[in-house]
Amino acid sequence: MNNTGTLMVTTPTDREIVLTRVFDAPRRMVFDALTKPELLMRWFGARGWNLVVCEVDLRVGGTWRFVSRGPDGTDLGHGGVYRVILPPDRLVYTELFDDQSYPGESLISHEFVEQDGRTTLTSTLLYASREGRDIVLSYPMKRGVAEGYDRLTEMLAEIQPR
Amino acid sequence: MSPGPDLLDGTFAALADPTRRAILARLASGEATVTELAAPFAMSQPAISKHLKVLERAGLVSRGRDAQRRPCRLEARPLRAATDWLENYRSYWGEGYRRLDTLLDELKAEEESAGDRRPGGHS
Repeated sequence: MNNTGTLMVTTPTDREIVLTRVFDAPRRMVFDALTKPELLMRWFGARGWNLVVCEVDLRVGGTWRFVSRGPDGTDLGHGGVYRVILPPDRLVYTELFDDQSYPGESLISHEFVEQDGRTTLTSTLLYASREGRDIVLSYPMKRGVAEGYDRLTEMLAEIQPR
Repeated sequence: MSPGPDLLDGTFAALADPTRRAILARLASGEATVTELAAPFAMSQPAISKHLKVLERAGLVSRGRDAQRRPCRLEARPLRAATDWLENYRSYWGEGYRRLDTLLDELKAEEESAGDRRPGGHS
């Protein structure tokens, strides 16, 4: 597996987004980076977003609370409850955004698989409804293409004329 | 570039079929007639023509004016718009992951230098 650095985005069902990414590090390290506040503060966030508050009570039933600052300086709080904590294999927690930009709580499951010192992180984002999932999908371009096209990126690269 | 949603939907719908993708892959290496396109497929020319109509409607393929041959050629622009859209999508989520790459490199370096100071490695 030498696709380190390539993020795969797929939508296997109409309520899910699955993000897959290979990291050149052992999985205990990747697991730490997703659960230790001092590490989360250093990387977590989509484009233009950074963490300004990061509280983690890492036990089953424990809560987490992040405040993310966006590109225009707006703060957005989100948080949830840890459901499964199995270092370094699996991490599951709920997530709810303060602004309720999409309805309901989502469930986030991370699987960590290590091979030859590299970790494949598969993150499944399960939304309460298809509408919620589609709103999240529309964030990058403010529009809602919601169909799932597995491997479309690779396929497009193949037939893209030079 | 921000192509309209309808255009992108048309592009993605047209690309959702393996025969149509194979046709596009063939056209990426140069224009071809319907007969030439149909050759590698176990399909009638009318069936191939039907696929070509979908691709034409999506703006992915254009037909030449030559009444006899009407060669098909690939129109790259909608494909590029679709690729750009996906790239933007991936970079939106991917930025945090790239910061994580940097962090993990730093953690590995820290661990290695800690190991150097304390031979025998992990406790």
